Amino acid sequence: MEEYAVILVYSTTHALRIEKLLGERGLECKLIPVPRHLSSDCGICVRLRRADLEAARAVIEQAGIEHEGMYPL
Amino acid sequence: MKPAAEVIYFDNAATSWPKPPGVAAAMTDFLERVGANPGRSGHRLSIAAARIVFRTREQIAALFNLPDPTRVIFGANVTEALNLALHGLLKPGDHVITSGMEHNSVMRPLRALERRGVELTVVPCAGDGSLDAAQVAAAIRPHTVLVVLNHASNVCGTILPVAEVGEIVRARGLLLLVDAAQTAGALPIDMQAEKIDLLAFTGHKSLYGPTGTGGLALGERVDIRRLDSLKQGGTGSRSEREEQPEFLPDKYECGTPNVTGLAGLSAALDWLQERGVASLRAHEMALCERLLNGLQDIPGVTVYGPRAASRQTATVSFNLAGLQPSEVGLRLDEEFGILCRVGLHCAPAAHRTLGTFPTGTVRFGLGAFNTPEQVEAALRAVAALARGH
Ligand SMILES: Cc1ncc(COP(=O)(O)O)c(C=O)c1O
Repeated sequence: MEEYAVILVYSTTHALRIEKLLGERGLECKLIPVPRHLSSDCGICVRLRRADLEAARAVIEQAGIEHEGMYPL
Repeated sequence: MKPAAEVIYFDNAATSWPKPPGVAAAMTDFLERVGANPGRSGHRLSIAAARIVFRTREQIAALFNLPDPTRVIFGANVTEALNLALHGLLKPGDHVITSGMEHNSVMRPLRALERRGVELTVVPCAGDGSLDAAQVAAAIRPHTVLVVLNHASNVCGTILPVAEVGEIVRARGLLLLVDAAQTAGALPIDMQAEKIDLLAFTGHKSLYGPTGTGGLALGERVDIRRLDSLKQGGTGSRSEREEQPEFLPDKYECGTPNVTGLAGLSAALDWLQERGVASLRAHEMALCERLLNGLQDIPGVTVYGPRAASRQTATVSFNLAGLQPSEVGLRLDEEFGILCRVGLHCAPAAHRTLGTFPTGTVRFGLGAFNTPEQVEAALRAVAALARGH
């Protein structure tokens, strides 16, 4: 089974920016509701393959987008 | 009432009409097929709604050459955006400079701030509404923090030298706020090249979107720690905290946004991009040129402003000797089906500059959907009124 990770963000706008940036670099991702065990907030987060996490981190940090944390699922 | 096809709508400076094909459909589509609250819930329809808002943000950022779309703050109209910028930036003891051609959506917040200890200098404009950038430079004091200018007059179309002022403002370490109500979509705007730090825009005029849309675009020199929010409330983000988030755009955007309106604005921006701001400008300049020349050929007509299509937007103000603007407006509507706006156009300062206060003027605001035939029909109508028919 595919192993996933999630990137928690502060707002939907950030999630959509990240989705776009990752998409442009061929890193597949999906916006999903934040898993309950990770946060009590009601918003969405970015789910991606765990194997892509480090590449994604570099892209996000280079773009200067703040995020709340990255967690394996 | 005459059917839409039979009226000549010359009130585009108030709000553009008709809207491009696709605008109403996008709004209907949102209501019928999406409908959800963006950024509040995590389900697919909520995400679909958030995508509409985000895409519109990107379109606006691209239109004004702003690299970071999160620095586009949506609101109800340019008035709200101007209030956010002015009330958010100016503190008692600060000095702010504006021009003698402003709309009340700039002048009224400034007068309110003046009562709270903000110092205001209104730099006078020439009789055609034009502004000498050197006079702005001369008005700068040690405690000046902001210059606020309209990009073009809503009364007579005069384009103010924002890029030139931007140069001066940046050299002195101040901020430039531009009221682009009359120009966003009508003239090319590049916030970086023209050194505009804050650009306030409205969606329903030359961007051809629906009413109830607009916003403030923040250039990178604007330190958001120094720009207070106008309102506080729910954002769907950081819900565990009772303080307003400090990040963009949530610091300034709270409450459920006008997604229906933004869906329409997004479709309008697609249309605008397809048609091209430069080609729409060429179309409007040609109409404006003919209107200006035709009006000036009619005995008894006085035209205000630059009277040169290249130095103004396609908004033209005039008066007819011996007739009140209100009477001209009524007769144009009732007898000729020509819809325009008369009076002071929410801009008493501008009318003082033009020498048309308190009577005002008759204003023809042309737009993308007006035609040369309509301009000719309007010229015949004005000529008939001028002859006393
Ligand atoms: C120069 C200018 N500023 C501000 C406004 C206010 O626009 P809105 O009513 O969309 O806030 C207008 C139009 O009415 C305008 O022409």
